[in-house]
Amino acid sequence: MAQITLDKLAHSYYPNPKTDADFALKEIDYAWDDGGAYALLGPSGCGKTTLLNIISGLLEPSKGKILFNDQDVTSYQPEQRNIAQVFQFPVIYDTMTVRQNLEFPLKNRHVPKDEISKRVEEMIEILDLSDKANKKARGLTADEKQKISLGRGLVRYDVNAILFDEPLTVIDPHMKWQLRTKLKDLHRQFGHTMIYVTHDQTEALTFADKVVVMYEGEVVQIGTPEELFDEPKHTFVGYFIGSPGMNFLPVDIQGDQAKLGNHSIQLKGTYPELSGKIELGIRPEFVTLDSKADGIPAQISSVEDIGRFKIVHTRVEGNDLNVVLNEGENIPAEPKITIETSRINIYQNDHLVRPTGHTENKGKGV
Amino acid sequence: MDNKPYNNKAWLLVIPVFLLVALSAIIPIMTVVNYSVQDTFGGNKFFWVGTEWFTDVLRSERFHNALGRNLLFSFIILCIEIPLGIMIALSMPKKGIWVPVCLILMALPLLIPWNVVGTIWQIFGRGDIGLLGHTMAVLGIDYNYTSNIFDAWVTIIIMDVWHWTSLVVLLCYAGLVSIPEAYYQAARIDGASKWSVFRYIQLPKMRGVLIIAFLLRFMDSFMIYTEPFVLTGGGPGNSTTFLSIDLVKQAIGQFDLGPAAAMSLVYQLIVLLVCYVFFTVMNNTGVDKPEKEV
Repeated sequence: MAQITLDKLAHSYYPNPKTDADFALKEIDYAWDDGGAYALLGPSGCGKTTLLNIISGLLEPSKGKILFNDQDVTSYQPEQRNIAQVFQFPVIYDTMTVRQNLEFPLKNRHVPKDEISKRVEEMIEILDLSDKANKKARGLTADEKQKISLGRGLVRYDVNAILFDEPLTVIDPHMKWQLRTKLKDLHRQFGHTMIYVTHDQTEALTFADKVVVMYEGEVVQIGTPEELFDEPKHTFVGYFIGSPGMNFLPVDIQGDQAKLGNHSIQLKGTYPELSGKIELGIRPEFVTLDSKADGIPAQISSVEDIGRFKIVHTRVEGNDLNVVLNEGENIPAEPKITIETSRINIYQNDHLVRPTGHTENKGKGV
Repeated sequence: MDNKPYNNKAWLLVIPVFLLVALSAIIPIMTVVNYSVQDTFGGNKFFWVGTEWFTDVLRSERFHNALGRNLLFSFIILCIEIPLGIMIALSMPKKGIWVPVCLILMALPLLIPWNVVGTIWQIFGRGDIGLLGHTMAVLGIDYNYTSNIFDAWVTIIIMDVWHWTSLVVLLCYAGLVSIPEAYYQAARIDGASKWSVFRYIQLPKMRGVLIIAFLLRFMDSFMIYTEPFVLTGGGPGNSTTFLSIDLVKQAIGQFDLGPAAAMSLVYQLIVLLVCYVFFTVMNNTGVDKPEKEV
């Protein structure tokens, strides 16, 4: 168990990185609390696996340090770091039985024999693999194999952290849910620090206490699922989290008013003078579609019926805007949109800007 | 009931395959079978002798000796080429410009025709003009594959190892590069030793290709003909007369078609039987025993 600190960490796969673009992982400074459940969320190729492999020691970072508690482990090999990692494709030792698979990491660490059998027995129980314990691991289903890979980490009580690299990719949908629940249970039970890499927002938001959103090698926001939903610090987070993602409308800001074409939208506070690309961000859940006189006229392009709600794709002043309609709500004949003032975020060059009067002036990245 | 039409049209689809197999396998084998149960005194007149030739072959000391030599030869070849092939494959680079270089170097011996290989080694080993033979002579080592049985065997074995280990290497290498990186990463995290990685990851993952390599090398070495024929001609004495060489002597040299036919059939059955046993054993190692039905 340990707090994991990333100290000015960066990595490039090129031997002599010159520009920012050469870095697969741009500089990051962060401390992962002991016992936390974290998710690393981002699209493919955003550097999340790179970051994970640096933490586990499979990769040595080009820059910066990594500390477990106060110990610098940057140059440590994975086996010295005492971490566990579960990979995208289940890694099992084919020729061993389920039990032997679980014993393997302990045997390699020369744990006394009776201690091994005690822990392995317990782990088989926890993972519900009792009836398969003496079977060869090669004949098992993908989710059972993935449980074994996880078990090989958990069986070492003292691991500093358990890292997951998209562990549910090859698992059947109905088993995904079960395994995810199991993971949550195990986290509660053992209190290991868990870091979970995924590109699936549902997985990330349900698993983690804190979600780290990455985009093009950069950490754009670290926050609870609520924070990511309510106040995305970067337009990418807005797009990426939520289904459908946040709407962004190009506007001009004048004090506490946003100008969209000829229309004015009331904001929750006064903003300073802004330059560059200014956008108003609003979640589709907080836009209402009615025929009130003070609304902004909208044209309906299409409607998607998801079941519990409808997604209405509209055009407002030449911009695309999605609106979520709850079950039972109808699209009015002359649709106009109203935007909930308290839910509006303003972005300058893709980064969140807070109204003046608040403690922070500008929220830029991390 | 289902409405599937039932008729014999499907046989038409089977006929081409049947004809091909008949031409390529059944007819030639049946010709051999035909010879093996008959005798002739020339003039194209044959008469029935039943299983007499088979009894003769199975009781013949000449056959036993050749079979013994074959088994010993295949055993030595497998013992050398399989471990050596695995070792070379393990030490080959996994990426970079040396990969194609190594692969081409490995493939070269496989591209040389059998009789050329025999000729190369025949000249290579000669005491007067061969590099190997001459070097041995200069070093004061008494080496002569044409008169010394041990030297003849060593030369044939080294020649075969030189010629065919590459095949095992290439097959093993293909098996090795197909192992996903995650296995090695997981093994590092589990704290596995180099030996454990080999024993529990690389070897099991190479199992499929190893079965093929093993069977191919067994069959080829058990049926070896051209290289020893060119190199030693079966000598000195009969010391390198393998079944195939003996068979050709009987069939073409002495024109004893009946005994030769019986011998080829027995020879073929032995190859089939041994391959079957190998395959079954190798395919079932490391697998759960099927559960008994209650």
